[in-house]
Amino acid sequence: MTKEAKSKLLIKDKEIAAPGEVLATGMDFLPSYGTYRLNNEIMANKLGVASVVGKVIKIIPVAGRYPPKRGDVVIGKVIDVTMNGWIIDINCAYDAMMNVKDATSDFIKRGENLTRFFKIGDHIVAQITNVTSQKLVDLTVKGHGLRKIFGGRLIEVNTHKVPRIIGKQGSMVTMIKQTTGCNIIVGQNGWIWLSGTPEGENLAVEAIKKIERESHLSGLTDKIKSYLEKNKVEVSQASKPVGVEKKTQSSKAASVSKPEPKEAVKSDKK
Amino acid sequence: MTYKKRYDGRNFDQMREIEAKAGVIDRATGSGYFRIGKTIAYAAVYGPKELHPKFMQNPEKGLLRCHYNMMPFSGQGNRVRPGPNRRSKEIGLVTQKALLPTVNLENYPKAVVDVFIEFPQTDAGSRCAGICAASIALADAGIEMKDLVASVSVGRVDDKIVVDLDYEEEAHEQGGTADMPVAIIPSTGEFTLLQMDGELDPKQVKEALSMAKKACEEIKQAQIKALKDRFEVKK
Repeated sequence: MTKEAKSKLLIKDKEIAAPGEVLATGMDFLPSYGTYRLNNEIMANKLGVASVVGKVIKIIPVAGRYPPKRGDVVIGKVIDVTMNGWIIDINCAYDAMMNVKDATSDFIKRGENLTRFFKIGDHIVAQITNVTSQKLVDLTVKGHGLRKIFGGRLIEVNTHKVPRIIGKQGSMVTMIKQTTGCNIIVGQNGWIWLSGTPEGENLAVEAIKKIERESHLSGLTDKIKSYLEKNKVEVSQASKPVGVEKKTQSSKAASVSKPEPKEAVKSDKK
Repeated sequence: MTYKKRYDGRNFDQMREIEAKAGVIDRATGSGYFRIGKTIAYAAVYGPKELHPKFMQNPEKGLLRCHYNMMPFSGQGNRVRPGPNRRSKEIGLVTQKALLPTVNLENYPKAVVDVFIEFPQTDAGSRCAGICAASIALADAGIEMKDLVASVSVGRVDDKIVVDLDYEEEAHEQGGTADMPVAIIPSTGEFTLLQMDGELDPKQVKEALSMAKKACEEIKQAQIKALKDRFEVKK
């Protein structure tokens, strides 16, 4: 019967699909991430945006907590100091561990007080070096743009919207930085650190929230651009953006927050 | 005497009015709302998150915990005694067992997913409404599930097989009643919850279950619509 039945696509590209929804019937389509085959049908098993590329159907998730991935740059908070490192909260189901050797090149004596480097409550920009099958997460702050962060403010967004906030090659976040004069670091785990003038920070937060709400719709970049332009005037009147020093730093941060693995997501929704 | 017409004028195979929403609780990882007639259920999902105490952790897969609670003012005029009790513990357990076959928690070893179901108002069929709301909430929390779970109660009032009994019908005296809450995985037709209060003969059970299947298909469509509506941006 399967041979006779004609294959049929029941969902359009970029449409929202819910778990248990039939995406296609027949054997001419292939189930990929977020989908599975049940007899003659391809069903979604995650809530997300459907992506149909040729014969392959997959779901790009739009909800849920951050799944730790090797190579991701995240923002974390030091929640404990141990004998040989720190335990970091990275806004995911599992706490991450940062070993002393991933934090500094200095010589450290046995039993030395590690709060000299990071103490409880500090925030850091770190990179995930490894995730095991049992979800033991290792972090490092040795790398370009990875460091402890001071001041500013931290906001939380849906981790699945992070690629859209960063934009292609960091275009979106660079645009926000330039118009608001803020220094912004976007962690893949959905924590975003901003620092600038209060007005600039407010505008940046509003813009990011707007992206988070409307990221699955088309024409996002233009919408955000006009939104920033419209509100920019008040900012520059209220106070001047921060100086040159901060700006050079922000361009550095942009290269840090470049998300390689999420490339596909960005191009799909473009 | 036979039961000719339902108290609220529905057809015998007709459910009460359904309303479903997703993303109703901001701070939760995922949340759902499900109203069937006068029964209202809110479900909030928190997690996956680390599970404590440690001895409860399972290194192979995550744990699903369900909490059922009727609010003190939710009942039929007389106050429901607040706090946990034997009944709510049992219903929490059957809710977990009803949802577990669809969710895949293998990616969350040692973690837990907490589901809290609250009822501001109840009018029979609360465990079914709770399962429907919880299943919306789990999907909204981005948890992998092969299908949504739909649930409805079916039963007998006097000599008639009916779908979705309300409180008046459950309390119908003449000829007695039977109430059978059922949860179904619509895509495969598997039953994940089947309880019964009262008496039904095998023929009646078969008839009731086929009616439940039809009703659950309808509920699933409402659940999917709720999840999709969440992403409509208000202008």
